Parts: sequence; C-alpha cells; structure tokens
Amino acid sequence: MTVIDTPSISPATATGWTQACRLDYLIPGRGVAVLLKGGQQAALFRLTDGSLYAVGNIDPFGRAAVMSRGIVGDRGGVPVVASPLLKQAFSLLDGRCLDDESAALPVYAVRVDDGIVSVSNEPVALDSSDG
Amino acid sequence: MNPTVDPAQRKTAVVVGHGMVGHRFVEALRSRDEAGQWQIVILSEEQLPAYDRVGLSSYVGSWDASLLALPGNEYAGDALVELRLGQRAESIDRDARKVVTSAGDTIAYDALVLATGSYAFVPPVPGHDLDGCFVYRTIEDLDGIRATAEAAGPGAVGVVIGGGLLGLEAANALRLLGMTPHVIEFNDRLMPAQVDAGGGAILERLVTDLGLNVHTGVGTQSIEAAGDGKLKLTLSDESTIDNASLVVFSAGIRPRDQIARDAGLEVGPRGGIVTDLGLQTSDPNIWAIGECAAVEGVCYGLVAPGYSTAEVVADRLLGGAGEFPGADMSTKLKLLGVDVASFGDAHGTTEGALSVVLHDAAKGTYAKLVVSDDAQILLGGILVGDASAYSALRPLVGRPLPADPASLISPAGAELGADALPDDAQICSCNNVSKGAICGAIAEGACDVPAIKSCTNAGTSCGGCVPMLKKLLEQSGVEVSKSLCEHFTQSRAELFQIVQVTGIRTFSGLIAKYGKGTGCDICKPTVASILASTSSDHILDGEQAALQDTNDHFLANLQKNGTYSVVPRMPGGEVTAEQLITIGEVAKEFGLYVKVTGGQRIDLFGARVEQLPQIWQRLVDAGMESGHAYGKSLRTVKSCVGSTWCRYGQQDSVGMAVLLEKRYRGLRSPHKLKLAVSGCARECAEARGKDVGVIATEHGWNLYVGGNGGLTPKHAVLLAGDLDDETLIKYIDRYLMFYIRTADRLQRTAPWQEALEGGLDYLKAVVCEDSLGIADELEAAMAKHVDGYKDEWAAVLEDEEKLSRFVSFVNAPEEADPTISFDDSGERKVPVLLGVPQMPAATHGK
Repeated sequence: MTVIDTPSISPATATGWTQACRLDYLIPGRGVAVLLKGGQQAALFRLTDGSLYAVGNIDPFGRAAVMSRGIVGDRGGVPVVASPLLKQAFSLLDGRCLDDESAALPVYAVRVDDGIVSVSNEPVALDSSDG
Repeated sequence: MNPTVDPAQRKTAVVVGHGMVGHRFVEALRSRDEAGQWQIVILSEEQLPAYDRVGLSSYVGSWDASLLALPGNEYAGDALVELRLGQRAESIDRDARKVVTSAGDTIAYDALVLATGSYAFVPPVPGHDLDGCFVYRTIEDLDGIRATAEAAGPGAVGVVIGGGLLGLEAANALRLLGMTPHVIEFNDRLMPAQVDAGGGAILERLVTDLGLNVHTGVGTQSIEAAGDGKLKLTLSDESTIDNASLVVFSAGIRPRDQIARDAGLEVGPRGGIVTDLGLQTSDPNIWAIGECAAVEGVCYGLVAPGYSTAEVVADRLLGGAGEFPGADMSTKLKLLGVDVASFGDAHGTTEGALSVVLHDAAKGTYAKLVVSDDAQILLGGILVGDASAYSALRPLVGRPLPADPASLISPAGAELGADALPDDAQICSCNNVSKGAICGAIAEGACDVPAIKSCTNAGTSCGGCVPMLKKLLEQSGVEVSKSLCEHFTQSRAELFQIVQVTGIRTFSGLIAKYGKGTGCDICKPTVASILASTSSDHILDGEQAALQDTNDHFLANLQKNGTYSVVPRMPGGEVTAEQLITIGEVAKEFGLYVKVTGGQRIDLFGARVEQLPQIWQRLVDAGMESGHAYGKSLRTVKSCVGSTWCRYGQQDSVGMAVLLEKRYRGLRSPHKLKLAVSGCARECAEARGKDVGVIATEHGWNLYVGGNGGLTPKHAVLLAGDLDDETLIKYIDRYLMFYIRTADRLQRTAPWQEALEGGLDYLKAVVCEDSLGIADELEAAMAKHVDGYKDEWAAVLEDEEKLSRFVSFVNAPEEADPTISFDDSGERKVPVLLGVPQMPAATHGK
C-alpha cells in the first residue's frame, strides 16, 4: 500500500519495523508514543493533511519521554512539534530544534501497510546535503 | 583583519584591570587598530574575564555568572590580545617601562593603561572586619552573601550600611535571598546623591511599604559579635539592631590608585589618578581610564563616562587627539519595583535655576524638573515612584522644552513624543547612541527592539531607554503587532469575538477563514480555551482533542519526568473523612507523593498516564471530581471556617466558597483563576490575594477583584460593598465573563484590569451599572456554563474511545514507560530524569 517516507531521509538504514497502530486510530494533529523493538521510543504524529512523522520521544532539554504529547503545527511552514515541557519547537522533517541549534531529535521512518502504521526501529541517517 | 605591521615593530600596551572599562578599551583599540600596531596584554586580578558589574544584582536568583559575561571578553582567535586571568599587577618600574605581576612576571610596555576601577569603601567602624561583614562589588562578594544568608535561614536580619543607589540594590538582593533587610543611611534621606528631600521622603515610604526597614540620619557606631553567629549593631542614636546575620557595607567607592601612588604618579587629594582630558597621567606613557582616573581632578563612578575614557585612550594610542567629552551622570533604576530616576542638574546647582515640583503623596509619586532662569531650557530632574517620563526627558537636557514644564510631569499633561527630540539627542546614554543613529537603523530594516539593540547597542546596558526605542519604532510607522502568533493576526479578544459572532466551532474552520498555516502551541490551546468557555462540549471531543495542551489532554498536570499529578476538587477546602482515607489509599496503592497545595487541596504526584483512569475511578467512586488543577480555569475557592465555627465570623464563608466553587468549576479562562471567601475582616482566607476575593461584613459581602500572584503580585481592589448573596454572584458572573471575553492570552486579571481604558471606574460601571448593556448576556453565558458542567474525569471513564488514549505506548498499552523512575531514598520521593544522549536500557520484552 502507500509508503510514506519522511522527506529527505533514506530508509535504507532502518533495520526493521515496529507496528504502531491502525492509521485511523491516530487523531489528526495529535501524537502517540511507540515503544520500538530494541527499546527506543518514538513519537508518532499524524498531521491534518494526512502526513505521518516520527521523531524521538525523549525531550533532550527536559530529559523525559514526552514528545508524543506535544502540540503539532508549523513554524513558517515547517511542520513542528513543541515539547510539552518547555515548549521548544522541533522540526518533524529533520528533528532539529528551531529554538536551539545544539539540540535535535532522532527521526524515524514511517510506513503504512494495509492500514497499519509502522515505525522504523532505528533512527534514519539524515542526508546532510539536503539540509 | 590582517595585521600589516611587522611584528618586530609592534608596540605593547599593558592593561591593568579587566572590568567593563578595561574590556571596552581592548575592544575599541582592536577594532580601530587595523594595521596591528599594538600587542595587548591584560592583567586581571579576578579569575573571571570581564563581566557586567553594573548588572551584578541580576546575578541574585540565577547564580549563573555566565549570564553576566560581556560579549567577546575572551578574545578567542585574536593573536594580538593576551588575557592573563588571576594575575594582578604588583608594581610599575616607570624608568624601565615594566610591570611586575603577582606571578613574578615582568612585562615591558610602550603604553600602560591603568583600569583598576574602584573598591568598596568600608568605614572604620569597630567590628567592620568581623565574620558576616561584606561589601557588594564582585561576584565573589555575592556568593559569600548568599552562603551566609542561606545558612541564616528565611527571615533573618541583614543590614546594609549606606542607602545610596548601590545600597538599595544590595538591600533588594537581601530581600530576594529571603532576608529581612535594614538600611542605614547617615544622610537624612535615601539616595542623597541623586534625590532631594522631597523625593527621598517618597522613596523611603515606597521602599518601607515593600518591607525594608529604613534608618536615616543615623550612623553605625559599632558592630559586635552577639554569639550564635549574630551581629549586634549600635547606631548613633543609641538604638541597636541585635540579631543581624550579616552586614553589607555600601558606603561608597574609592578609586583604586595604590599602584599609581607607589609608582609616584600624581593622585588627587581625594584619590584617583590625575589625568588630563586625554586621560594621560603625569607620566606620558601611562594612562588611566574608568573609575580609577581623576580626569582633571574629577572621578566618575559610572560606566558611561568610563566607556568614554576607554575610547579616548584607544584613539590617542593610534595617534588621534580625542578628549574626554564630559559625562552624563543620569541614573535610572528600578529597585524593588520602585522607579527612581535622576538626570542632569538634579539638585538645581546652576545659577538662577528654577524648579517645578509635582509631589503627589497619595499616589506615591514625586517629580521635579530643573529649568533655566527663563524656564526655557531643561537642566535636569528627579522622578520617584513613576519614572516613565525619564526616557523622553533625559535626552532633552540642555535643550529648549517642548511644552510648559509642569505639564510634562503632570499625569494628565503633555505626552512627550519622540518627534520632540532633535536627531543628535542622546537616547542611550550608556552606549552613547543618538536618536539619529537609531532612526537610521530602523530605516535600514531594524523592525523591533532586539534588532535595534543588536545593530546600535542602544538599550543593551541599563535598559532605561527601551521605552523610547519603542516610541521611535512606532513613530517611524512600524506597527507593534498584537497578533496572537504567526498563524493569526488577531488578538485573543478578537478571536473570541469572531467565534461568538460566526459560530465557528472548529479550529480548522477558524484558521482556514481567519488565519494561515496549521497552527502552533500558542494558538491551538488559545482557541481550545475559547471554544471551551463558549460551550459545554467535553474538551477531548472531536477535533478539540488535538488542540489541548498536554495537561488538558490528560486532565492532569504534567510534571518534569513525564508523570502527572492529580488533584481532586475539594470545594472550599471541605473534605470528608472517607474521602481523605480514599486519597490516602490511592496514594499508597499507586506509590504517589502527597502534598497539600497552596489552595486547600491535596496533590498526588507521580502517576503514569495509564494509571490516571484507575486513580480517577477510585476518586470518582468516593464522590470526588476533577479539580481542574491542570487547566487555565477555575482552580480553588479558598475559605476560612466563617460564622459556623469561628467566634469572629460574620457570614458563612464556607457555604459561600462551596457555592462559588461549584458554580465556576470547569470554567476555562485566559489564565488560571483563584477565588477566596473570608468570613470577617481578619481575612484568614487571604481573599485579597485572589482574582476574586469576597470578605464578609456585618451587612453582607465586600467584593474585591484583580488580586493575584505571578511576577508582580497584586492585591485585589474593592469593586462593590455590602452585597447580598444574589447580587454578589451576579457581579462575579459578569466580572469573570467580561474578563474571559476581553483579556489577552495568559493575561491575569490584575494586568487586564490595569490595561482597561478607564480603569477601575470603567470596570465598576460595566459590572455594577451595566454601562455597556451586556450584563444580561454575560450572566446568560455564565448560566449556560453552569448548567452544562459535567465532570471531565467521569466523562472519560464512561467513554471507551477516550479511555483507550490513556496509555504510555500505543502499541503496548499494558507496558509502563521504562524511562520513568523515582528516587525514594531521601526525605521525599523525587523523579529521576533521563541522562541524554544515552538511551535507557531496554527493560521490556521484545
């Protein structure tokens, strides 16, 4: 079925997938946390335009696993999630923090098969030439 | 820049002292010396490179010295500057042109720049060197004061000797450290150098109101150890302060000129290294800048003239002929929330000077303008209590007045526009920036205050000119935006109106028609709040679920490690024994940390997402409901026991508190709301510290509004007196609804009220006399809220779909989040945060 890759990332580095939930369970504009095989945690978001993104669930500033509970939206057109702790915004495209260049979230690939959303178990390597 | 001078030809400048002025000198010389004629060696006695000593008091609270660091103070990558920290200059050999340092090094110089600053003067009072005596000059001094204050505990007495500008700053620092400050000033008024007797009287009253104990017209005769680490001060009027935990001397500063004296340089009769207007000392190869210099015999204890001297010497070393231009001794400070400003010839010493004084004892303001004998030219002034006119008045010193002097300082008088100022008027005196330079920056695209700061330096030191920067921006046609965020150009109040008028009930509908983009963490919760206060839908219904902040989404308060706290409602603080037992059992069963809140409730900390519904079920079964501690909504209605139990109670305060809390529970508002009801004027419920405070009288209820905490705590003010129950509730309905409809996002009631045009009288007219004709509508809106109220916790428990969202992991609903842990080993349970970047070890199955 449809494969939705997070833009500008190469899914080749993912070593496997974890099934998260049915696509229609995700509330547009809201996140859920996914416990990945291997123990990492991803924050999975479905946006109102239907696109899917997954980033690391641990807030690098607040050091708690809460990113999935942040509010999503955009900043200057870039889709972002704001940490629910201290509100720093992170790009859903590449994980970088728009308020502090020194911090970033890992980015996970997302795909949908037969209405089931899966997240890659390992973060993807970002293609630095794209940005 | 690429140095072009042959290194062998290069000359050496040795700078003694790395304070603000020494640093400014190095910056100025390096930026102008494009050829690289000078190699610079800086000797710094302190271990820290130059920091913002003027801003020293801001170190109190943050305790982060890096915030005070001056930009560029480490000269990284500049081979022509060498900074030697922790190495002071011991002596000067003028004949050989060499300096010997505390490390035993000898450094040859072509030019020696003395920037040794000044030291705090400690009067020779017996006991001045006892433990617990401090000065207020360096970061180290503040660290020492802090350690002593913290060891002494809250409320301990701290004494400041000297009631000048710095003394009051020190007193405020003690206050921030939780001490009870006393200030002793030998003169008959505070800030004698800046303020006259009239201003001093108002100032004393204002700071006394803020909790300072002021002793003026007395000296300190002795300090003695009084045992137990305490100090006893005896004052010249024979009164004593017996239990001081520390003493801070702030009795003035003296130039640090010892090294110059030892080297045989000329010093002034009251100290200071004597220089000419070119800052050259009696030795042509030695210069003195900043507070250690006595320029033609005069020492200047402010940073702005110090910066001027640094610029002059940099110019001179490169062959220029710059001269010290004289100094603006203006000062403005905001101490303890009290405005004080003094500028120009504040004391009217110019021959024939006239003064115009406006002394409003009732409002606590004092304003004086000093003008020339023909009342045409402004010479100076003093403002106490309200210094808002400072930024407009100070640049006018020495210039013709644009209006009658009295009207310039009277509250209803002429508004001084930025256009009244000529282009060369100095707006920022700390950094010597003119109106022309600022307007130039605006013309080149600086469109807000931070942009002006970064390209002109204006407003970066004391900040006193920032209001003027805003005026200049407005005048040049830059609109100061009222936009909620980048997605809505409207303010919160405007969006509220739009929702009401159009009946749009979704965020997507609202942003499609009135905004742009997809929203953010500012506009989404704001719209969620507006939708919640205009209907009784469950806040997690439909699209609204995606708008809520995490607290509203999980109906609990997010704490720092990702767990939540749960606070059941206890209207008026009432709770049954059965309910208390249930709370205790829940806490025990789920391992929660329990704390009584400031609002007569019980807070249960440390619940994981998936535990929340189980906890609520137990509480709901015991007859308790959501306390809305998580929302921008009504929190608590505090009460005393009132006439039912108390010997003094005049009305049933508990009954009224319960009634009000049940009435307004769940009401979403721009900021959280707290109410209180006191049963008599003794005010045990502290009702005047609340957004709405009700105090019983013999005849009914007095209604106070607009009290709250936050950064600038406010007491509520009387809106109406001696009300019966029905009128009281009607007025509160109207007040709260009016606030909800017209306040900005996160604007508490106190600033909202203050910003209302027409102030309290206007508010009284709207609420009590229905001057806008909207009272019925406001009451109807409240009635709709009251009728539609449903417990949010219970509603989630009844809804399988909503319940399914309360899990740590969507793919492993039964798993607890393995990253959450607590430390139970100490006095209280505390959350343990994750180390980043390493991930925690996996503890679940596969």
